[in-house]
Amino acid sequence: MRGLEHRGLRKAEGPIVIAARTESAGFGELVSVRDRSGVMRTGRVVDVSDTAVAIQLFADNTGISLDGVGIEYLGRPLELRVGPDLLGRVFDGLGRPTDGYPEIVSSDLRDVNGRPINPAARVYPRDFIQTGVSAIDGMNTLIRGQKLPIFSGNGLPHNRLAAQIVRQARVLNQGDKFAVVFAGMGIKYDVARFFVDSFERSGVLARVVMFLSLADSPSIERLLTPRSALTAAEYLAFDLGMHVLVVMTDMTNYCEALREVSAARGEVPSRKGYPGYLYSDLAELYERAGRIEGSNGSITQIPILSMPNDDISHPIPDLTGYITEGQIVLERELFQKGIYPPVAGLPSLSRLMKDGIGEGMTREDHKDLSSQLFAAYARVKSIRNLVAIIGEEELSKLDKQYLRFGERFEAEFMTQDEFDDRGIDRTLELGWKCLSWLPRDELLRISPALIAKYLPGGSLP
Amino acid sequence: MITGYITRVSGPVVTAGGLGGAGLYDVVEVGEARLIGEIIRMDHVGAVIQVYEENTGMRPGEPVVSLGRPLSVDLGPGLLGSIYDGIQRPLVQLKAASGSFLAPGVKGEALDRARTWRFVPVLRSGDPVEPGTLVGLVKETELVEHRILAPPLTQPGRATRVSPEGDYILDEIVAETDSGARIGLSHDWPVRRPRPCRKRLPPDEPLITGLRVIDVLFPISKGGCAAVPGGFGTGKTMTQHAIAKWCDADIIVYVGCGERGNEMTDVLTDFPKLVDPRTGRSLMERTVLIANTSNMPVAAREVSIYTGITVAEYYRDMGYDVAVMADSTSRWAEALRELSGRLEEMPAEEGFPAYLPTRLAEFYERGGRVQTLRGNPGSVSIIGAVSPPGGDFSEPVTQHTKRFIRCFWALDRDLANARHYPAISWIDSYSEYSDELRDWWDGVDADWRDVRTRAFELLKREQRLEQIVRLIGPDALPDEQRLVLISADMIKNGFLQQNSFDEVDKFCVPAKQVLLLRCIMEFHRRAEAAIKAGAPLPRIVGLPIRERLARLKSIVPNDNLDEIRAAEKEIISSFDELSRQYRKEEAR
Repeated sequence: MRGLEHRGLRKAEGPIVIAARTESAGFGELVSVRDRSGVMRTGRVVDVSDTAVAIQLFADNTGISLDGVGIEYLGRPLELRVGPDLLGRVFDGLGRPTDGYPEIVSSDLRDVNGRPINPAARVYPRDFIQTGVSAIDGMNTLIRGQKLPIFSGNGLPHNRLAAQIVRQARVLNQGDKFAVVFAGMGIKYDVARFFVDSFERSGVLARVVMFLSLADSPSIERLLTPRSALTAAEYLAFDLGMHVLVVMTDMTNYCEALREVSAARGEVPSRKGYPGYLYSDLAELYERAGRIEGSNGSITQIPILSMPNDDISHPIPDLTGYITEGQIVLERELFQKGIYPPVAGLPSLSRLMKDGIGEGMTREDHKDLSSQLFAAYARVKSIRNLVAIIGEEELSKLDKQYLRFGERFEAEFMTQDEFDDRGIDRTLELGWKCLSWLPRDELLRISPALIAKYLPGGSLP
Repeated sequence: MITGYITRVSGPVVTAGGLGGAGLYDVVEVGEARLIGEIIRMDHVGAVIQVYEENTGMRPGEPVVSLGRPLSVDLGPGLLGSIYDGIQRPLVQLKAASGSFLAPGVKGEALDRARTWRFVPVLRSGDPVEPGTLVGLVKETELVEHRILAPPLTQPGRATRVSPEGDYILDEIVAETDSGARIGLSHDWPVRRPRPCRKRLPPDEPLITGLRVIDVLFPISKGGCAAVPGGFGTGKTMTQHAIAKWCDADIIVYVGCGERGNEMTDVLTDFPKLVDPRTGRSLMERTVLIANTSNMPVAAREVSIYTGITVAEYYRDMGYDVAVMADSTSRWAEALRELSGRLEEMPAEEGFPAYLPTRLAEFYERGGRVQTLRGNPGSVSIIGAVSPPGGDFSEPVTQHTKRFIRCFWALDRDLANARHYPAISWIDSYSEYSDELRDWWDGVDADWRDVRTRAFELLKREQRLEQIVRLIGPDALPDEQRLVLISADMIKNGFLQQNSFDEVDKFCVPAKQVLLLRCIMEFHRRAEAAIKAGAPLPRIVGLPIRERLARLKSIVPNDNLDEIRAAEKEIISSFDELSRQYRKEEAR
């Protein structure tokens, strides 16, 4: 009960403390824990029986003693105060302002855990978002309401790419209200600074809400950071009708925190020590993207995660890929060649692309063109493997043509400047230009009519 | 009704005391919010309950009420075209009750109790009635005639009263017997108990999916079980969607188990607009959707698969061919693992409970072609997606699933990367049904067996050659072997690859499938002969018929295959012409 403090703990171990059940605490409710020196911490009830309560602390547990601790059950889950004033503010993972200004004025409190969207109430996402990045627009199109993560590795320019997307993203022929929600989990101060600077320079800072739980904050706080951020995003999107772009970085840190808590609770681990519910837990976050009936707004998520040791089969990218609608994979090999953005051609994918491109949305030739580029680039990759063994001299004429296509494709289509904002027509034009390096009868994925219309010199036999 | 009280809450697993009189697998209403749950264990601490809804805020001391019956599905007219969650709550009605977000504790009737249905009796007063007897007919949708049968547990007897033709609500009794049975338009059935049938029948009729790689190379029978394993992005869901859209089953039950919300929305918005090529009606009229997406409560995910298969068995009993898409069985297995972990059971491989294979076997054994209680044939085919972690097929769910299915469509990462869809690998996949289906295919085209065998051989030879090519390059091979690579490419591009969004190519009738493949194999045979006679390979590659063959699949409509037959003739004439020219040059 609020205002009533109970004394004493039975056990304190890692982020979990156990108290005797002295009043009726509800599962998942918020707890306020005061240590002997009066410092307040926030926790959550994770298990409750008729004799004991297990509380997970969202803070460091130094100085927690068994006798000197006071516990107050707040009788409600963690809630975020929401209102239009959220825009332009900075909060910590629990939704407390950290920018020096007071809490926002609003009586509207939302449970940060959210509720699942009724699948029957969803609107299928179809609106093309032009990011101005050819590798994304042309090959892995982002759709409004999609969740499209960036799979990256340490040292790769995922932050620059995310900032570029935020800067350039727009929907063709529309000037709707938009907002950016940024959730930083366990990232360095410099990274947070980079995003603030980038938002400032592009003039969107007043439309950004930031939830930061930096590397020096308690790791457990990271479990709540994306939830607070998504609660704010849901309010902005579905109550205020805005188009919200949510950038969450770094999901790997989030998962590490989850593993830490799971281990402390003594749960049976599944792969690499991560809990068996990692999939469901990640889904609770990612599935909060989308569009719903009765609201014009949308939530588009761009989670960023660094793949440990660049391993895409690691449980974090693996489970993420099973939930999200595709993935943008950054490739170290391309990065080392000096290509920006180093978006890996083949493993990257946008699942919603098929319904958001084509006539009336981007251009009639987009589907066939991207399919052909993928097929041709896959061939280039296998020829390159061959070159490594037998050398380029031994290749057939056709294979050499493919190699030249591959070079052009990487140099002209994929490579672009960080501040180069390419229109979709320009992107598609570049794609056709690359294909003109291949013999016409190799272009089986494109209908002859489109070849005649768009391929440079395509009407020739 | 037995009432107890909560003693412990640990996520979706709740322990309750005072329920000694309740039975295992009884449905319970938990807490003040009356959330739906199921008793899964009884021991010295009390009843262990898994709760099917989000239970934040639940506390010890709150009441638990056992409803004294197992978790059941409501079966009757009105199922088709509906979308339910894992415990058969109607999602459209829930939307009206709680808005766009699912609130815990909201209730809804699975079938509309107020709606009337036109009932036409078939049974007459005085007729014998036993389980499965046809009582009457209800036109459920334009496409599907709903046959009202005496439920499986009906006491045999004679009909004493049958209602005349008229409009009835579901709860009205339309037939009574002297044995005391009162038969209404709907009844319920426990989800975890298979519905009985008279006997099993051999699965000797194919489920035509319209996908060439499946129907010709790895066919599935009506009543067969198939698994579609693949890493993320390899097209499991796309394959399932394509089959659900175009396969020739009468009824489709699509279970979205722990997958994406937008995928279910895709089905919901897409299917009503699509027209069944066989009947000309909307596909939604034959489809039931069960959606328990990844962010919905995990316990309800576990039961969603059983809900789906029970609905499928219900329509099977009417004599229909039903296809169940379960996407994905791995998420279901993970739900088992999660609940098992919370019950603190001893884990087996990778944390999965030791009873995982038993549960998988029970599930897949509910598929099959049977003689129903009424005496006519009906079938349930199961197509289960498997999502192996890291795309590694050696993990427990894939391995155990393989033991209980006879058709394995392995999705290949490299094919998917090259956007070759469906990315079903012709090397790792297999089907044990092809022998049983031989007679059926012989009726379509006597060449099926021969063409298929030769195509398989060619693809296998290509795979062996690829290993050499990877070391020395294709140009070092003799012409005859390079031709194998070229012909295999033609099979891949012109036959195996299929665009499910192409107006013509999305669905391919069996006759067209065989013709297409026969053309390519004919090309190969002729080309092989030409090379043996000394014709240079580049001349063969340069023949215009080659590109034409690759494009035939998306040009020739299903209802007029003349152009393929014309192409077949063109192959012959092209090669005759080629050898004539070649001989002329040689003579000079």
